[in-house]
Amino acid sequence: MRNDLNEMARQIRVTSLKAIHAARSGHPGGSLSIADMLAVLYFDVMNVDPAKPDDVTRDRLVLSKGHACPALYAALAHKGYFPVAEAETLRRIDSIMEGHPDFRIPGVDAPSGSLGMGLSQGLGMAMGAKHQGLPFRTHVIVGDGDMQEGNTWEAIMSAGFKELDNLVVIYDGNKLQGDAPVETQLSLGDVAQKVAAFGWHTVAIDGHDTAAIHKALMEAKNTKGKPTFIVADTVKGKGVSFMEGVLYWHGSVTMKDAELSDALKELEAA
Amino acid sequence: MTELSYWNKGEQVSVREAFGRILVHEAGQREDWVLLDADVAGGTGAKPLVGAHPGRVMQFGIAEQNMMAAAAGVADTGLIPVVSTFAAFGCMRAHEQFRTAVAYAERNVKLCCSHHGLDVGPDGATAQMLEDFATMRAIPGVTVISPADANEFMKAFTAVLDHKGPVYLRIGRSATRVVYGADHEFKIGKADRLRDGKDVTIVATGVMVARALDAAETLKGEGIDARVVNLATIKPIDVAEMVAAARETGGIVTAEDHNTMAGMGSAVAECLAEHAPARMRFVGVKDRFGKSGEHDELPAMFETDAAAIANACRSLLK
Repeated sequence: MRNDLNEMARQIRVTSLKAIHAARSGHPGGSLSIADMLAVLYFDVMNVDPAKPDDVTRDRLVLSKGHACPALYAALAHKGYFPVAEAETLRRIDSIMEGHPDFRIPGVDAPSGSLGMGLSQGLGMAMGAKHQGLPFRTHVIVGDGDMQEGNTWEAIMSAGFKELDNLVVIYDGNKLQGDAPVETQLSLGDVAQKVAAFGWHTVAIDGHDTAAIHKALMEAKNTKGKPTFIVADTVKGKGVSFMEGVLYWHGSVTMKDAELSDALKELEAA
Repeated sequence: MTELSYWNKGEQVSVREAFGRILVHEAGQREDWVLLDADVAGGTGAKPLVGAHPGRVMQFGIAEQNMMAAAAGVADTGLIPVVSTFAAFGCMRAHEQFRTAVAYAERNVKLCCSHHGLDVGPDGATAQMLEDFATMRAIPGVTVISPADANEFMKAFTAVLDHKGPVYLRIGRSATRVVYGADHEFKIGKADRLRDGKDVTIVATGVMVARALDAAETLKGEGIDARVVNLATIKPIDVAEMVAAARETGGIVTAEDHNTMAGMGSAVAECLAEHAPARMRFVGVKDRFGKSGEHDELPAMFETDAAAIANACRSLLK
């Protein structure tokens, strides 16, 4: 495992917040909660080449919780798909950095933004790989909202039944959704137990511990005959004290200049 | 390599039989596509492929939203997914998956649906999708095709595999008279003038094409010279052929097994309102749900038979 993954996660957080601030809208909370898993995926685990974003043999990442795309764009920019300055043109009329993932952006593997459709797209990629004997792996990041969509459970049924061991989900369980805590809207209780019942291998980790994320992804790679579902316990707004666990920062918020500079100060000190 | 055999003109053939035949034929021709099914291969007509080439079928069970979004992912791996289900599931239940995961990402998915229109027959209103042209043609970049008979369907299917981009292709269920021979040249986006005429033009699609030809024959006995145009590709529409019909004949009667709102007739009207305003009449299901009944009984009740088309022409020429 690379030893600079925490630093890469920090850079993803910084770029995400600068982009959301410049756009005057966007979703900081859910972007910050997935920064660590994106750092491990893009800077260590995934076999991708920014020079060949359409290579059919590349590993895939589907961000099903598309509103967290500032973090995805930040990860892609730091990986070298496009300049970091371009990631900060988020949501602008003269930019391709759409408010939710657009496949025209180099490195974005699937459109999303309507919750519940990402895991099925990843499932189709995994099935296409098996059909053609292609060795790539497909990763899907889902959020609490995705887990409430029926489409996601259709995909969970199907992937378990088909024993797709080239498919892995990371569930960003940050416990807050658009209007209120998950606990009051539609709590699923023990998600791992429910997913395991459909034939998945499950692992529970601290979603901000890059070593634990890496270990879980290696375990997924070595698990044969079953897809893997990683339950990542996360904090919405992770890394910025005044955003952590605060529903307001789910989005789509206008971030004041002082709020950005306070947030960046914390992230610089980290 | 087996030669593809066509039906004879005048035969009564279900288009879904043609779907099974062309799938098996194309499976022998090329390796670049797979069929995605949601436990209705018997209903859509795809069953012969399941028997002959099971390795070409991806089975999803009765979970169409998952199948449609998965098709987008399958397309991302370089394969051409041919997604097959009933129109109510493919064009409505999984509509958003088609819009966002398939069409918005310009994925090369071919959606082939049976069970639309009164053509469904006894299964009744819930299965009779009368809104598929409306839902599919409203999505940017989607090609919408509704072949007239079994022979045209097979040619359309091959053209669809060769075409790059998302397509919706209608598969008929009930026996329909074959109007095209093996020599028919199908081209996406090209309307076909089956019969020339100068008084009125009937623009028909799908099962309505044979009925339009019958209506034209009836009108001929009354001294009305009706042109019949098969509009198999509803989107993109053949503007030149529509404008020619508007300019060269006294008006347009559209005929479709679909709601008259937002369907093929509406597409023709949108085209002509801009390029060559014409007098029009719309034959189809008049903004109501279907019902159970045989596929050859319902058209009289819903006024979508040859007599209704002839009446619309007479009304236009009054």
